[in-house]
Amino acid sequence: MKVKVLCRNPDDYVRETTRDIQRVPRNYDPTIHPFEVSREYTRALNATKLERIFAKPFVASLDGHRDGINCLAKHAKTLSVVLSGACDGEVKIWNLSKRECMRTIQAHEGFVRGICSRFCGSSFFTVGDDKTVKQWNMEPPGRGLQEEPLNTILGKAVYTGIDHHQTEGTFATCGQTVDIWDEQRSSPIRSFSWGVDSFSCVRYNPVETELLASCASDRSIILYDMRESAPLKKIIMQLRSNTLCWNPMEAYNFTCSNEDYNLYTYDMRRLDVPVTVHMDHVSAVLDVDYSPTGKEFVSASFDKTIRIFPKNSGHSREVYHTKRMQHVICVKWSADNKYILSGSDEMNIRLWKANASEKLGLLTPREKAALNYNQKLRDKFQHHPQVRRIARHRHLPRDLFKQKRELREMKEARRRKAQNVRKHSKPGSVPLVTEKEKHVVSVVE
Amino acid sequence: MAGGGNNEEELSPDDEHIISASEEEDGSDDESKHAKLLEAISSLGKRKRMKRTERSEASVQVSEFSVNADGTGEKVNLSDLLGTMDKTPGAPNKTKQQLKNLQNRKETLELPLSKQQTEKQIQREVAYDKSSKEVSRWETVITQNQKAEQLVFPLRQDPTGPKRMEQVVAGWKAKTPLEKEIFSLLHSNNQPIHDPLLTPAEEASIKAMSLEEAKIRQAEFRKARVLQSYYEAKARRERKIKSKKYHKLQKKAKVKAFLKQFDEMMKTDPAGALEELKKMELSRMQERMSLKHQNSGKWAKSKAIMAKYDDAARKAMQEQLEMNKQLTQKLVVPSDDDDDEERNVEEADALPDFVNDPEPILDSVNPWMRGKLTQEHSEPEVTAVATETAVETKDEGQNGQREDEEEEENEEEKLLREFERKRKLRQDEDDDLVPVPQEEKQGERFSLCFTKPRHFLAIFKAELLDEGLVRVRTMDDLEALQQDVVMDTTQPAPASATPAPSMETTSEPPKKKKKKKGIDPNEVLTKEAKVIKMPLAPTVVEEEEEEVHAEQTAIIKEAFAGDDVISDFLKDKRKQEKAGQAEVVDLTLPGWGEWGGVGLKPSKRKRRKFRLKAPAPPLRKDQNLPDVIISEKRNSSVANHQVSQLPFPFQNSTQFESCVRFPVGQTWNTQTTFRKLTAPKVVTKMGAIIEPMSKEDLPPVKESSGAGKREKTSIGWRF
Repeated sequence: MKVKVLCRNPDDYVRETTRDIQRVPRNYDPTIHPFEVSREYTRALNATKLERIFAKPFVASLDGHRDGINCLAKHAKTLSVVLSGACDGEVKIWNLSKRECMRTIQAHEGFVRGICSRFCGSSFFTVGDDKTVKQWNMEPPGRGLQEEPLNTILGKAVYTGIDHHQTEGTFATCGQTVDIWDEQRSSPIRSFSWGVDSFSCVRYNPVETELLASCASDRSIILYDMRESAPLKKIIMQLRSNTLCWNPMEAYNFTCSNEDYNLYTYDMRRLDVPVTVHMDHVSAVLDVDYSPTGKEFVSASFDKTIRIFPKNSGHSREVYHTKRMQHVICVKWSADNKYILSGSDEMNIRLWKANASEKLGLLTPREKAALNYNQKLRDKFQHHPQVRRIARHRHLPRDLFKQKRELREMKEARRRKAQNVRKHSKPGSVPLVTEKEKHVVSVVE
Repeated sequence: MAGGGNNEEELSPDDEHIISASEEEDGSDDESKHAKLLEAISSLGKRKRMKRTERSEASVQVSEFSVNADGTGEKVNLSDLLGTMDKTPGAPNKTKQQLKNLQNRKETLELPLSKQQTEKQIQREVAYDKSSKEVSRWETVITQNQKAEQLVFPLRQDPTGPKRMEQVVAGWKAKTPLEKEIFSLLHSNNQPIHDPLLTPAEEASIKAMSLEEAKIRQAEFRKARVLQSYYEAKARRERKIKSKKYHKLQKKAKVKAFLKQFDEMMKTDPAGALEELKKMELSRMQERMSLKHQNSGKWAKSKAIMAKYDDAARKAMQEQLEMNKQLTQKLVVPSDDDDDEERNVEEADALPDFVNDPEPILDSVNPWMRGKLTQEHSEPEVTAVATETAVETKDEGQNGQREDEEEEENEEEKLLREFERKRKLRQDEDDDLVPVPQEEKQGERFSLCFTKPRHFLAIFKAELLDEGLVRVRTMDDLEALQQDVVMDTTQPAPASATPAPSMETTSEPPKKKKKKKGIDPNEVLTKEAKVIKMPLAPTVVEEEEEEVHAEQTAIIKEAFAGDDVISDFLKDKRKQEKAGQAEVVDLTLPGWGEWGGVGLKPSKRKRRKFRLKAPAPPLRKDQNLPDVIISEKRNSSVANHQVSQLPFPFQNSTQFESCVRFPVGQTWNTQTTFRKLTAPKVVTKMGAIIEPMSKEDLPPVKESSGAGKREKTSIGWRF
């Protein structure tokens, strides 16, 4: 005969220390926990609401410049240091954690057109309207000494942009031509030109470090290989591209910001059609920068907003604007994938969170788990109309909203017209042109 | 150019001839030349007009080799030129052939581009192709990252946690004088400084036995000990069995096993076989010395008395004598030759010694380790086949009688196995409950059923069931049991026979009824189910079950007294059905066309005429489902929370639904699953700079494709 005895092992219910959390015995029998979908749905809805409530992206504003900010650069090795160049030729070095200016240099006469940090972070380069390229030490000079550039190169024409090689002592400038410089020499080791009078931007590929791309004023984007004597290829688009940025995790993809309110992501191996057209801005897009993870990019526009796009999505996931922010000239995504910096016309640099509702600072493991769970729930139920409605809602200033509506109407009208033309003409005579195909005029070899 | 052309035109063929003649003469004497020239000039003046007719206009197609374009617009073909070629004897054959080949070719060459343009364009194209190929190397990495469930940035992270001692020590060198001194001391002492950091003795000891090795060995020992104890227990158990038949069979089996083993041994291990033979010899000697099997014992004497009348006794005595004969047969001492050995073995077959010899397979030290069958239990059929084949190979030329014997033995073996299995089963169930006498009884039964093993088996099983060791606790158990019995015996058990058909229609519980198709389910629900007492297979258990059941039903009745759920539900359903039906519209106007007033009704005919019946609504979906109400109305409050379109990555609605249905929360999943399910797609380290991808992340490229490749690390300048 079996005798059943009540037996309780204290290890099952007694905490080891009083600081431990209480042990909760769990029973995963699904019959005890019914209605899992509806319960999770409610949780997802709440998570979405909370996310929207906590979406406060604006972190700080750095003021001190006396003119519009024209260019921004990240320090290559330190997260907290940012360099900015203004339209009055002033360069400021900022400490982000203290939110203060560490150093001010009167670098150029006229605009500071471009600024970039050396890959080791020991010095930085500026180009300006005074036709000079200057190299500066990142360390401030000793007491009583004046700010002096390490090197100054006097060119023949105005330089409009500069970018430094990822691992070597060479850099590229653009102006009337695209020049490749060795840091040790005062003349360019190579200069490319392909029938254009001026360039607005040049960028090194951070992965395939010998490749470059530039935007030119004849509406073209030109690719170069530093080792070749001639450029590689040229695309001519319908309107001018202002800047471009390579994806730091995908060697062959780059995105350019265009005057026609759109951004275009290209695969450099197939240039005739862009991979994605990113629409949402209501004015010319002035700058673009990829997140270091290569999953998203941020764009700055003349319409006084910043937008964040997933790299393969046609529309933005986020729009940032404030009342006082004017035309945003330049934008950068911080190297730890957490912050976004924007420099605008009204002399301020703004610091934003890349993920609007993210909690800053350290998180306890339980907090982290809860956040992950909420994120997962939001992803899972993202297609449900209530969740989507809440998650997608954004506030826009009235004029922006109106402009957007107007643009939408124009686009719709154009589409309708094309449809009518097609309907009333001989079948096959008016081909259907997709949005992607519309914007590339030609590819020149 | 034009002037030159004119000059040429004015030359007449004669003049040309003259000039050419003068050239041929090679200018030997100037005077004669001069005279000729004068002549020619004078003649020119005369016939100027006449000659001019031959070439009238300035032609565009004047070739640079001053070939006359006679008919303008006519093309000069290669064939025309080749005609002259044939005539000229001086031209080499090779050139002629070449020209002919040229003639056959139809294509024309393209117009060459300007030099500058071509160079640039070609350069660009080649460079672009190269660089796009170079960039394409990243494709695998990129697609891999895109597909990855989770990406952790920065990509290259130093492994956290403590480093290995060797890594820390590797770069270290003695710097201070103290350190140097210590090092010199160590060196003089022949102490190893660098990597191993062990003395040779230590190393040896480590080599001798590492921790893991020791653990493994210990585990082996433990296993061996356990196995041994198992064997001992088994042997003890077997020894306790008092059935003579069993032991007899066991002995035979042992002999067989030994023979088989001996056979194998001869092939594989001749030395071992020799040893065995020696043992046999020893046993023979012992047999000869002893009086065993000599028919001189007490038993033998008694049998001798009986032998006159009893056949069996006589047989037993004969057997004894034969045994003696067998055991005392002389063995031939094996020689070195293979043939001899074989012969010996053949002879040895005839005289096995199974009484005195220790079991060769088992542990010789252990006296308990005797009981074992020829092969494992798991594959009796295979063993049977194997033994048969063995027999065939062994004695091909022998008579069939022996084969029969072998087969019989096999059968015996089978029986034995079964016997053993049963026993084991019983022992597993309850060691102490099976009394010894019962065992004996079974032995008897066993001997009875010996000729029909299958039948015996069936009886055996039935017996087990009768014993009622398994306690049936619930109704389900019982039913299952019942089914088992029916399945096994295939004869209808008298107790569990199906009830009469008359009962079936009305009084069976609804559970069984639903499976039958011909019965209206509505009826079943509404009518009260009468519980009928059915005789079930084991009557004792049945009583208990009934008691429990009655108790349960009583409790339930008490709890839900006055709560008629079924009728409520049916009312609800009827209401729903009514609401769904179209109503009759009555359009009769009292007093229209006839008298009206209090107490007067419109005529029947009129009423029939003006009552409009709407068409019948479509059949309800739950018409044949008595316990379900299906509402086909769209509920807008629910629709707000439902997905109206299939979202993009999903192929069909079932995919999407299954994705949503699967819960991710901690309430439904264990901690680890929860963590896995909710892992974020991108993980970044706080305060760490995420560098762009570098060439170290690229998978290694095969050398074969590197024909036109650029060097990766340094820049190759090409001017």
